[in-house]
Amino acid sequence: MINMFEVNETNQMIEHENLDVRTITLGISLLDCCDSDINEVNRKIYEKITGLAKNLVSTGKEIEREFAVPIVNKRISVTPIALVGGAACKTEEDFVSIAQTLDRAAKEVDVNFIGGYSALVSKGMTKADELLIRSIPKALSVTERVCSSVNVGSTKTGINMDAIALMGQIVKDTAEYTKEKDSLGCAKLVIFCNAPDDNPFMAGAFHGVTEPDAVIHVGVSGPGVVRHALSQVRGENFEVLCETIKKTAFKITRVGQLVAQEASKRLNIPFGIIDLSLAPTPAMGDSVAEILEEIGLEMVGAPGTTAALALLNDQVKKGGIMASSYVGGLSGAFIPVSEDRGMIDAATEGALTLEKLEAMTCVCSVGLDMIAIPGDTKASTISGIIADEAAIGMINQKTTAVRVIPVVGKKVGDKAEFGGLLGYAPVMPVNQKSCDAFIHRGGRIPAPIHSFKN
Amino acid sequence: MKKTIITVVGKDTVGIIANICTYLAQNNVNILDISQTIIQEYFNMMMIVDMQKSEKGFDVLAEELEQVGANMGVIVKLQREEIFDKMHRI
Repeated sequence: MINMFEVNETNQMIEHENLDVRTITLGISLLDCCDSDINEVNRKIYEKITGLAKNLVSTGKEIEREFAVPIVNKRISVTPIALVGGAACKTEEDFVSIAQTLDRAAKEVDVNFIGGYSALVSKGMTKADELLIRSIPKALSVTERVCSSVNVGSTKTGINMDAIALMGQIVKDTAEYTKEKDSLGCAKLVIFCNAPDDNPFMAGAFHGVTEPDAVIHVGVSGPGVVRHALSQVRGENFEVLCETIKKTAFKITRVGQLVAQEASKRLNIPFGIIDLSLAPTPAMGDSVAEILEEIGLEMVGAPGTTAALALLNDQVKKGGIMASSYVGGLSGAFIPVSEDRGMIDAATEGALTLEKLEAMTCVCSVGLDMIAIPGDTKASTISGIIADEAAIGMINQKTTAVRVIPVVGKKVGDKAEFGGLLGYAPVMPVNQKSCDAFIHRGGRIPAPIHSFKN
Repeated sequence: MKKTIITVVGKDTVGIIANICTYLAQNNVNILDISQTIIQEYFNMMMIVDMQKSEKGFDVLAEELEQVGANMGVIVKLQREEIFDKMHRI
């Protein structure tokens, strides 16, 4: 039988170490909403989402109440809209109308983000893909809760450099369209390589075509819990360190698994996956950077950071895998600069640079995330950053992504405010040398060889 | 049987257990196990209960018990047992 010590340990994690379930994300297939009439498409999308998700938030709150564990976000991901709207959308405006429908549906069912305003163009763009991509700046400026992502490469297909060249400009335009809010639109736009079909985390969530009609994914969190556990084993060797992370990750993930199963049962929607990510927030004591510092770095960015992050990421997976029946999504430690107090401090002090962050993305989840860069950064330079990150993903068979915000009107050292969970970030310097000629060659980078790994 | 864990934490005072137990009895909630200690004048109690026979739902019981606790200056928390089971048992 459960004893008092165990009960207290769990409640201590919840009350003092920010243990929470970061998101319950309901994935909804919109493939059956395709139509040649744009008004019909919009009607079907709105009805399907509001029908399937009408109890999502209330069920989340019920579970939260019964287990007394916070479930921070309830969200929705949908089939990439370029596929759904392909037959109906003849103009960018048509696609924007779908974005507005998604936004309306999200507000109706009270979820804070809806992801899937997306196109998958790792090898080439259809007419619809390109229209959707070109509509992103407008779509993100006239909606509040819609998130967009574009997959521009994969290990199997190589990298679509035409799409990357275009995305550099789209990021710039999105920044310009939302310049009144520190270019907030860019915080809702992710450019992926090897994007997973079942990611529950925003802004990159979409409901892949390999998924069922509707599915529940859950993203767990708990950097504070890991850090607290590590503070109990200061000075111990790596064996003890790794064991501690694994055990903690196991416990955190079990809570996610429980919440996922309950949500699935109550909503009568199948359970998909648990995403084993350590997702920080700007709140005190909820930081991945602080874990790295607890492991032994004076500040994140110091030599040793990549190694510490690699071991953290791997141990979290090892502990989490056994705690859950199905694992998927991004599963790894996130290192978004603006959403992590320790990262913000290190970036402000100059201890953490864009180049070091790039190295870190080789060994952990996702990529260059929530990084504010000067507003006058050239489109081709942003494309270059995206290409570098995509190359890391393609060669290492992992998901990588770029979510940079060229904050209009701000320069290095200024601060950009995004609000809420998105946090704030110092504007970081970008290498000023040009990559124009490289980006504008046109075409694709071929898929890599899968042997001779060096 | 779905079991529920009740935890009570706060400054020690007369009648904490009595008040909580009275409320539980009035609402047909059966107590399966109680453990309690005082750590540095702080009252710390854990109960395992079965509330299946209660006419009130989880939400109402949780809210009312929190109020019973608040009246005595202690924090009462109701949680379904599975969260602890999942986390601490393989």
